[in-house]
Amino acid sequence: MPDLGKYAAEVLSAYGVAIVLLGALVLLSVRAARRARVELEAAEARRRDR
Amino acid sequence: MSSIWENANPVKFSRLAGVVLPWVSGFAAVALVVGLVWGFFFTPDDFRQGSTVKIIYLHVPSAMMAINIWAMMLVTSLIWLVRRHHVSVLAAKGAASVGVIMTLIALFTGAVWGQPMWGTWWVWDPRLTSFLILFLFYLGYLALWEAIDNPDTAADLTSVLCIVGSVFALLSRYAVNFWNQGLHQGASVMRAGAVTGTDTEEKVSNIFFYPLFLCIIGFVLLFVALVLLRTRTEIHKRRTKALLAREHLG
Amino acid sequence: MIALLTRDLKLAVRAGGGFGLGLAFFLIVVILVPFSVGPESVLLSRIAPGILWLGALLACLLSLDRILALDWEDGTLDLVATSPLPLEGVVAVKSLAHWITTGLPLVIAAPVFGLLLNLPAPGYVWLILSLAVGTPALSVVGTFGAALTVGLKRGGLLLSLLVLPLYVPTLIFGAELARRGAEGQATTTPLLMLAGITFGAIALLPFASALVLRINLR
Repeated sequence: MPDLGKYAAEVLSAYGVAIVLLGALVLLSVRAARRARVELEAAEARRRDR
Repeated sequence: MSSIWENANPVKFSRLAGVVLPWVSGFAAVALVVGLVWGFFFTPDDFRQGSTVKIIYLHVPSAMMAINIWAMMLVTSLIWLVRRHHVSVLAAKGAASVGVIMTLIALFTGAVWGQPMWGTWWVWDPRLTSFLILFLFYLGYLALWEAIDNPDTAADLTSVLCIVGSVFALLSRYAVNFWNQGLHQGASVMRAGAVTGTDTEEKVSNIFFYPLFLCIIGFVLLFVALVLLRTRTEIHKRRTKALLAREHLG
Repeated sequence: MIALLTRDLKLAVRAGGGFGLGLAFFLIVVILVPFSVGPESVLLSRIAPGILWLGALLACLLSLDRILALDWEDGTLDLVATSPLPLEGVVAVKSLAHWITTGLPLVIAAPVFGLLLNLPAPGYVWLILSLAVGTPALSVVGTFGAALTVGLKRGGLLLSLLVLPLYVPTLIFGAELARRGAEGQATTTPLLMLAGITFGAIALLPFASALVLRINLR
């Protein structure tokens, strides 16, 4: 851990918030993508069965 | 010789996205991790700004992305209006969510950087104000998408809003400049001499520039990966909807 | 088209809301300001141009959804769209009617409200001028927003969210013009910019509004 001096709070919060926001965005995107794919595959399978 | 327009076919686009996505996201992760770790752990403090220089590795790339994503949305919206390629407008929709987050990150990192440097979280400086306005534009754009049920109507309306909004966003930029000359220094990334952003252009240097450059590449790649992913998600959703509709009919 | 204009104006007058509501809202904003910031006349006269502009803008915003929503509900809009009139012209007339019922009264009433806020004497001419030049842009941009959200239930809040960012340049230059006029500074630049925005908006936005309206009527 580098010595951040008196600005540690600012620097760490900037990194923390940015990483949390990006992480949330990635996570939500991936989850939505997975759900969309599962639903699509289910629909395709139903269509083939008939 | 295949043309770029072939990817306007949703199936082809999905296939391409499937092939490209792992690579892009992999490179994005590598660039981001290396860039941020390099910047955070292995660059010295600035002699005036202390450790707050390290915020630059987040602030500058996110701010660049916030603006460029809107420009990309403008282009894809135009393509949708002119050539009616669904993939194009869905990419704009997917990009907007990323743009909002980028704008938020730029605003937040700017605020925590401004606090120790300028002694205030927020000033009504032209650059800061413009970003706030840009944030509102993103919100309005996304809200309009959410509000309309018919996907084609929503695509058309948001595209027109994006184009009109771009004109007004540019106008606002100049209006805001006129209204208040600010504290924020000019965009200084390309002048390697002023990377740390102290208004003196005396020094600094590649020590800061290399990791910053890596972070910018990382942000760009991350954006590309997210847009590919989100666009494909939208395509899947539409296909599912169409299939369900057919089931109900049959 | 003139028939359409007179029809819109008549409707606005008969419905009662047209002229009165915007003005009353403007008045309330102006009265509430001293309550919230204190009655010192120095402070009030300093912020008067900005407050008057903000009040005018909000009063304008309040009446935007009436531009098209009523005609949309009773089917007039479909009728007009299928008539030989160009939709661009119809939209422009709608904006004009909105300006006459909302913008013009504000311009005329603004000096009285300026009195309440202790606006400095040289400021009156500039206030009227800035509002007269600026409010048409508010109406035209507002019509665009109204056209975007016309088909939506509960579109009011969304309309504000869409339109307010578009109002930023007009507000900045308009308020700046009024402020500079009140303080006796050079006014040419903001005046030209404000007029430029207004004329540009009048010339171009009806096309965008008509386009959007056609999409919504599809």
